[in-house]
Amino acid sequence: MKKYVLLFAVLTLIVVSIVPLDGCGSGVTINVFNWGEYMDESLIDEFEKQTGIRVNYKTYATNEELLAKLEAGGSSYDVIFPSDYAISEMIKRDMLLELDFNNIPNYKYIDERFKNKGYDPENKYSVPYFWGTIGILYNTDMVDDPVDSWDILWNPKYKGQILMKKDVRDALGAALKKLGYSMNSTNDKELEEAKALLLEQKPLVNGYYGDEIRDLIANGDAALGLTYSGDAMDLYWEGFENIAYGIPKEGTNLWYDCMAIPSSSKHKKEAEMFINFMLDPDVAFRNSEAMGYSSPNKEVIRRMQEEYPEVFDLPAYWPDEEILKKSEVYVDLGDYKAKYNEILTQVLVN
Amino acid sequence: MQRRGRIAYPYTVWMVIFIVVPLFLILFYSFTEGDIHNIKDLRFSLNGYKKVLEPIYLKVIGDSFLLAGISTLICLIIGYPVAMIIANTDAKYRNLLLTLFIVPIWMNFLLRTYAWMSLLSPNGFLNRVLMWLGLPKLEIMPGKGAVLLGMVYNFLPFMILPIYTVLSKIDKSVIEAAHDLGGNNVVTFMRIILPLSVPGIVSGITMVFLPAVSTFVISGLLGGGKAPLIGDLIEQQFLSSRNWHFGSALSIILMIMILISMAIMSRIDKSEPEEERRKI
Repeated sequence: MKKYVLLFAVLTLIVVSIVPLDGCGSGVTINVFNWGEYMDESLIDEFEKQTGIRVNYKTYATNEELLAKLEAGGSSYDVIFPSDYAISEMIKRDMLLELDFNNIPNYKYIDERFKNKGYDPENKYSVPYFWGTIGILYNTDMVDDPVDSWDILWNPKYKGQILMKKDVRDALGAALKKLGYSMNSTNDKELEEAKALLLEQKPLVNGYYGDEIRDLIANGDAALGLTYSGDAMDLYWEGFENIAYGIPKEGTNLWYDCMAIPSSSKHKKEAEMFINFMLDPDVAFRNSEAMGYSSPNKEVIRRMQEEYPEVFDLPAYWPDEEILKKSEVYVDLGDYKAKYNEILTQVLVN
Repeated sequence: MQRRGRIAYPYTVWMVIFIVVPLFLILFYSFTEGDIHNIKDLRFSLNGYKKVLEPIYLKVIGDSFLLAGISTLICLIIGYPVAMIIANTDAKYRNLLLTLFIVPIWMNFLLRTYAWMSLLSPNGFLNRVLMWLGLPKLEIMPGKGAVLLGMVYNFLPFMILPIYTVLSKIDKSVIEAAHDLGGNNVVTFMRIILPLSVPGIVSGITMVFLPAVSTFVISGLLGGGKAPLIGDLIEQQFLSSRNWHFGSALSIILMIMILISMAIMSRIDKSEPEEERRKI
């Protein structure tokens, strides 16, 4: 008898986990695929309540992972959050749907500076979500030199205290920028130099990580780490006073993460409703407040200036105009990407 | 027999869809090159395999097998005595002991590895305790030591359980007979218990070695990505480099090497008891 009870329990578990939850209720379910820790998830409940549309929320860690999952097919996503260079690649390869801006009236709140960027010149496919830079997150108790140049990531004084980002574009970008080249270089010679530089740095590096860098720096496990401005803002809002963020004077990567609809979407209209919802000044403000990232939304910028004027002095939230001028947005490298990937693999393996 | 065959149909269908077809896809991608989305663009090529043979990748494969081998050996050395202790415990406490060893598996593997990360990190819990005691800091994370520790911790139950199962089934009268015939504990263990437990050791080794040689989470998190294993390399090819051909070739090589080591193991499993019998 016991056996049957167990069998029954196991079967019920299997059935419950397989049958999708949207069986109850007539509404549409949209699949939202976002970066990890990149949205105040209580807003999703609010959207569901407001519209009756159910949201299936999933996350990924890198643009490459997003592209790989979309390429693999099989799953249909409705709203995704690719960055600049990923958007241009997806446009080139017909992987995005043109947005119907009649369904996204809140687009008017987006500051003009963030419209019609190089990755989506006519702004047909994407709506900016957050923006920021890449820089060096550091522990002020452990670093006494000024953090204002890429050189510090190659300073032997910090041997075993440096964390590098295990991301093709970011790791190679830092090396290229230190050498004075473009982060979008497609010159074999420049890339070989960058590779040599990364190999030279390897003995100094404590580890190559992704999202873990923020916590390792916050915990004092390492002194310096290459990471996104948002990580620095996260720690700032959490009250870490000994953690700071520096943008190298040589310039850095300026990135825009956007909302877009992949061509495999089956619920374009509902997806546009979701995008519109996220642009609502109140929602966008709460999201930006919760996540700490800089918003491209005019209303959010205005309210942030009223409520938290101090963050506009932080390079992580509002980088200097001078540095921005020297910074670059990643562009899609096309087939040359393989070279970048190869170099990072070889650096890690060596 | 007929009826049993019919019951197996759902499993056969499942196996074909989720095991056989993907295997053929991996095999197919490993022997081609070109745009993976355009079947017309794919053409036969051995470049994936040629790349696997480059020295730096061979080193990764070698490292993976070495590390997996060491962690399997450590698991065996720790696991066998533990399995013996559990098997010899009074039946009342035996289940409790077993449960204690199984409980950690109930928690998600990734979560446990993250937990180890915050235990072992330079400024983590362990080092704080050591510092408080006035002892020197332990600098094992990130590094191979931490990876090894993570592997042994995660896979140890898979060594203990099969050995325990075999040991608990050994007929006690056989051991008594050995003692009666003048065999001391060492002789009894070497000539009776150990040979009888070989099947458990073999399946324990298999169950630890397989996940250890293909792991990628442990080496990525506890090893800091500085010395990737073959699993990391495969993950990278599919998730970030998007070089499916190289990734597939690596997977096929890994599978072949695992098959070879399993064949060797099953030969040991079959031959050993016979030899022992002949000796006796």
